Amino acid sequence: MSTDPSPFTPSARQHAWRKLVSGAMAGLMFICAVVVMAPIFMVLYFLIREGASALDWNFLTQLPKPSGELGGGMANAIVGTFVLLAMAAAIGVPIGVMGGIYLAEYGSEWANSWIRFMADVLNGVPSIVWGMVVWGLLVVPFKTFSAYAGGVALGLMMIPLVMRTTEEVLLLVPQGYREAGLALGIARWKIITVIVVKTALKGIITGILIATARVAGETAPLLFTALGNNFWSHRLSEPISALPLQIFSYAISPYDDWHRQAWAGALVLMALILTLNVLVRILSRDRKFN
Amino acid sequence: MADLSPAKPIAARPPAGVPSAVPRNPTSATAGEMEVAFDIAGFSLWYGTNQALFGVDIRIPARAVTAIIGPSGCGKSTFLRALNRMHELTPGTRIAGSLRLFGEDLYAASIDPVVVRRRVGMVFQKSNPFPTMSIADNVLVGLRLNGVRDRKLLRDRLEESLRMAALWDEVKDHLDRPGISLSGGQQQRLCIARALAVQPEVLLMDEPCSALDPIATAKIEELINELRASYTVIIVTHNMQQAARVSNRTAFFYLGKLVEYDQTRTIFMNPSNPQTEAYVAGRFG
Repeated sequence: MSTDPSPFTPSARQHAWRKLVSGAMAGLMFICAVVVMAPIFMVLYFLIREGASALDWNFLTQLPKPSGELGGGMANAIVGTFVLLAMAAAIGVPIGVMGGIYLAEYGSEWANSWIRFMADVLNGVPSIVWGMVVWGLLVVPFKTFSAYAGGVALGLMMIPLVMRTTEEVLLLVPQGYREAGLALGIARWKIITVIVVKTALKGIITGILIATARVAGETAPLLFTALGNNFWSHRLSEPISALPLQIFSYAISPYDDWHRQAWAGALVLMALILTLNVLVRILSRDRKFN
Repeated sequence: MADLSPAKPIAARPPAGVPSAVPRNPTSATAGEMEVAFDIAGFSLWYGTNQALFGVDIRIPARAVTAIIGPSGCGKSTFLRALNRMHELTPGTRIAGSLRLFGEDLYAASIDPVVVRRRVGMVFQKSNPFPTMSIADNVLVGLRLNGVRDRKLLRDRLEESLRMAALWDEVKDHLDRPGISLSGGQQQRLCIARALAVQPEVLLMDEPCSALDPIATAKIEELINELRASYTVIIVTHNMQQAARVSNRTAFFYLGKLVEYDQTRTIFMNPSNPQTEAYVAGRFG
């Protein structure tokens, strides 16, 4: 019998070495994957340790106290954040969703490649730049900071996010459904709205929630637009407070009490964003189309 | 059953002198008695610069089953999709020649493709019930989205369509369940019911059984046999036994050309073209 070893059959020693290297590499990658989770727990740990003590009913229901006085809360900032997010969604959702429908259903290849490129560039525009642009666009001409300006800044940031995710989930809807609809003599726009968009609705809502969570924590676009204040805003044409703004101004203040409140504000903001992400998880749990 | 025999000549089937709602084609030369659904002459089709169909001339009879056979890539699906202008979904297609349905040019500039598809329905290879809709909604979607609101009409049409598709008895007690909860064969029959609900003049079937098991296939074939009485059915199939079983007439396509078109019995027993003979004998394709 030939004893010539095949180059493809490793010796016992080679085999042991390969198994060792393979195990070490797999272990390394596992550690890297775990490292992703560590910062999340770090964030939550610090927020709870520093902020939980200042987080009470007053914090959620009262206005900020003047400097020097203890107590007070961020009620106006919490409400302001929701107001700004509602305005942002009012701008970002319809434009983003309709743009996504255009990309997935109507656009020519040439137009689409340009629109996608622009949307991706927009996604990469630093948020402080959005703040400055909207400042020039809405604050300077009207000579006042306003909730409108803040909402527009956040809404503009949402458009490309919503648009691209809408496009992606619409493209996941099998072509067979569109053809089946057409073969029934249904007009194209009805097929798209009643059948295609409905099939992809969960995915579209997921995209909207992700975009909302993403802009909910933005501070820079609001610095020169919504500006922030320490009282209830009664008009959208006036400055409005928001959690990130209040956290920012309290965090850079010299008062310990305000520092604690900044931590508590960050905890509330984080809880809001976590809630949105959990909603996303629930919605996208069974996203399949067949 | 005798008059459903596929090999029986079409011309002998409808009793002479029965008035028809649709105009007969007086110029029909092949068979004076045969009512022609599709009258197609010199029909060619291009995908970009790639020609897929070459000058097809064919007359497809009404209220009969016509099978289209041929090897993969021979243009049979393209031809089928051209019959209700579904091929227009692919950008860059172009056609030449004439295609008339009961005398009307389906490619005339004044004709809306949406209306063409209302008259010429289609069932696809892969069953595709709408996943967000119940069984009932799937059947009725074509009517509802075309503006039918009359509840009684919708209810009647639901039962009628499901009965025609031989699905009623299996689903009548849970019409509000999702359409995609049904088995593969049931889903395909649901798609047939959905296509029938809008009462098209013609039903196109693009390999409707290729994803089904033999039992489900037998059910669909039985259904096709029953549809023959009131519908014009055109079926593309890879399965020659199926063509022989269900059709009155068979067209053999090869390399984008219509090679032979005749009574199904003639195509399978005594074809005049050697290519047809080689294909039906299983020597290629």
